[in-house]
Amino acid sequence: MALSDLLTLTPAGLYCAAADVYLDPVRSVPRALITHGHSDHARAGHGAVLATRETLAIMGLRYGAKFCEQQQALAYGESITLNGIEVSFHPAGHVLGSAQIRLRGPSGSVVVSGDYKRAFDPTCAPFELVRCDAFVTEATFGLPVFRHPDAAGEVAKLLRSCAVFPERAHLVGAYSLGKAQRVMKLLRLAGWDRPIWIHGALEKITQFYQDEGIDLGDIRKVSATDRAKLAGEIILCPPGQLADLWSRKFPDPVTAFASGWMRVRARARQRGVELPLVISDHVDWDDLCATIRETGASEIWVTHGAEEAIVHWCETQGLDARPLNILGYGDEDAETVAEDAA
Amino acid sequence: MNRFAQLLDSLAYEPSRNNKLRLLADYFRVTPDPERGFALAAMTGALSFAHAKASLIRALIAERTDPVLFAMSYDYVGDLSETVALLWPAPQTERRNIAAPSLSDVVHGLQQADKKELPQLLASWLDDLDETGRWALLKLITGALRIGVSQRLAKTAVAALGGKEPNEIEEVWHGLVPPYLDLFAWVEGREDRPKALDPAPFRTPMLAHALDEADFDKLDPADFSAEWKWDGIRVQACVGTDEEGRRVARLYSRTGEDLSKSFPDLMEMLCEPHFGDATIDGELLVLIERQVQSFSTLQQRLNRKSVSPKLVMQYPAHIRAYDLLAEDGEDLRELSFVDRRARLESFITRLGHPRLDLSPDVPFDSWEALAQARHDPASVGAQDETEAIEGIMLKRRDSIYVPGRPKGLWFKWKRDPFNVDAVLMYAQRGHGRRSSFYSDFTFGVWKGAELVPVGKAYFGFTDAELKELDKYIRNHTRNRFGPVRELDFSTEQGLVLEIAFEGLARSTRHKSGLAMRFPRISRIRWDKPARDADLISTLEGLLEQGLRRSPPKGLGD
Repeated sequence: MALSDLLTLTPAGLYCAAADVYLDPVRSVPRALITHGHSDHARAGHGAVLATRETLAIMGLRYGAKFCEQQQALAYGESITLNGIEVSFHPAGHVLGSAQIRLRGPSGSVVVSGDYKRAFDPTCAPFELVRCDAFVTEATFGLPVFRHPDAAGEVAKLLRSCAVFPERAHLVGAYSLGKAQRVMKLLRLAGWDRPIWIHGALEKITQFYQDEGIDLGDIRKVSATDRAKLAGEIILCPPGQLADLWSRKFPDPVTAFASGWMRVRARARQRGVELPLVISDHVDWDDLCATIRETGASEIWVTHGAEEAIVHWCETQGLDARPLNILGYGDEDAETVAEDAA
Repeated sequence: MNRFAQLLDSLAYEPSRNNKLRLLADYFRVTPDPERGFALAAMTGALSFAHAKASLIRALIAERTDPVLFAMSYDYVGDLSETVALLWPAPQTERRNIAAPSLSDVVHGLQQADKKELPQLLASWLDDLDETGRWALLKLITGALRIGVSQRLAKTAVAALGGKEPNEIEEVWHGLVPPYLDLFAWVEGREDRPKALDPAPFRTPMLAHALDEADFDKLDPADFSAEWKWDGIRVQACVGTDEEGRRVARLYSRTGEDLSKSFPDLMEMLCEPHFGDATIDGELLVLIERQVQSFSTLQQRLNRKSVSPKLVMQYPAHIRAYDLLAEDGEDLRELSFVDRRARLESFITRLGHPRLDLSPDVPFDSWEALAQARHDPASVGAQDETEAIEGIMLKRRDSIYVPGRPKGLWFKWKRDPFNVDAVLMYAQRGHGRRSSFYSDFTFGVWKGAELVPVGKAYFGFTDAELKELDKYIRNHTRNRFGPVRELDFSTEQGLVLEIAFEGLARSTRHKSGLAMRFPRISRIRWDKPARDADLISTLEGLLEQGLRRSPPKGLGD
């Protein structure tokens, strides 16, 4: 089948004409399917939105209950038929509620991955491989220099630093949806039983994770008067706060940042990070290549990230690949700003 | 190797000089000889390995990766060693039980291995090390650590081990060899100061502060002497006699690098018997028919691995002296500037060598007169050398020679730059720290209805301005060619940049036929329409008039 039978790229994003729906549109549209709650994929102002229950709840928390006119939830594995196109959602392993979306029409099936990862994450359903004829993938870390190490080892690095510098506060920058809660859970699994302190911008989503039954232990919001007293403690905040005046009140803070970008030294230095923690919610190069192979798809579209490298790799594997260069995806700084405002 | 790799890794992330110093001092304190000595050698650039070249590393990784993916990765990471360290595939065979090599193993291995054995040896080390270890190893053998540690900082950390002054290390340094067992023994108080004193030691130069024109109110012209600030490179020429009566001559850069090999013409002068024992502080320039050449001509002589007789003939080197630090074994640094200057003048007159002359005194009786001299050097006797003059140096007449950058003694007062309004045409992603930003800007001026590129600038803007420029570029891209973006520019739209530059020269390498010296962005003209940017004829006119500057501004405005 040709992928373009089912999907076309429009200025608003990927569009399935047969079902008359957009996927993760970057502009307001009448009908949208949303893979997950990150602000570059899930925007407010659409007409009808179809997503997992968790993703709808997250959008409600971020944008208010009236973020669209009509909501409909679909659980993992369930399907719905829109104008002869069968739509189903499958775990993407990216953040709580994140889904890959499969569209199945008479000529074949396509899976739109959204963002995904295959590494261990105790805070969301693990990635499920869905075989398909065509695969639309992200490539945030689509360069072979990105090989994410075991996240537990990175958390151990953080705990070691806490032991070496008990007189300093450890500030960990982490995206407020998904990364922050994953780091908290990994800290608990590594035996950190002290309270974990959070910036106010992380509060709503973290509470939501707890309400969904993910036990993160004693989580406390940092107040202005606490800051100077938090020597030896771990504090999570949105990445943008690391360089903000807010961080300066802590006792001699060590600035850590949990992100796949930390694999590259220049990136860490650019942000003035002293303790880079390579913890990513996206697939690394090896998992990206493996997933493309395992889906069995013969046609690959790459939504965003290092498209050129993965397209080149696909070609060496005899796969038909095309970069989409979708603007507005993967814009983490934009997300940070949005969260800081929240 | 692992402990050294961890040190380099932490240094690379540590922004503060004091914390770097602490990390270094801690490392030297807990690491045994000879490991720490080799580390010191690595950080001061005292190690070099004849056969270990970047080309060897490229060849090794080329056998193991797809060339296109390598090129894209390298472009992204911006650093060969780091790219290879990250890309290096996990070894095929199980090598878990093999201990990672120590720094001493690596140094000895590299010194002993011949050219044929080296690829295999290096590959096996890379297999045995983790990512940080691989990165450090590759940095070490390519001789480009770039961890924000200067020679000076490393020596300061060694000095701190035993409460010594950094300058004390400097004065014994050039007689020492890695792994510096005698140096550490002396600093830690276990042995006497190393005997092998260098007869031609590098002396940390005295540096000037940039002059703030508001300072003039507080300064008395009578306290100062003025000289031209030459557009060359600062050097120190040292000649001494060792205990066995052999004469030793060296030419140092301002950071203490030994440049002797690159300047056989100057070394010939220094080695002449009647030169005597002396240390001269001066500017290295190229003179043709007694006239100073531009910096771009001087560049023909810099950073050359081999120096051909033809090159030496074509671009003869010269020292224009401005200070005398030692003479016949006597340290003159405690004398006042005026007294040292008198000694220097008689030294130069006595020697009468065509490759050495005196940087002339610029007479002035008021700050206004000096401002006029700075604006128009030709009016006070600089004649045809105006283009090689960057500005004015002011030195307190009673100042002793203080290593480093003491306050209130020496000032530099640069000439105002030239300015041109140009239109941003292309932008390229930066390397390394700026790899996520479009930070290399090509700009052009109007030639009729067309824009012709006249230069490229990488700096001159703040971090906040860089973000704004980056955003503008992403939103105004017409075409993408790999890492380069072509912007939307026309008479109707485009971003005007005010470019400051120090000089202009004809160039066949650029389409416009012009090359700028030291261009940087002085202002972003968000307000100015592209059609109002400057014309190429403006720049050509400037060149034809011999780069005359616009009239001077009054003092303090």
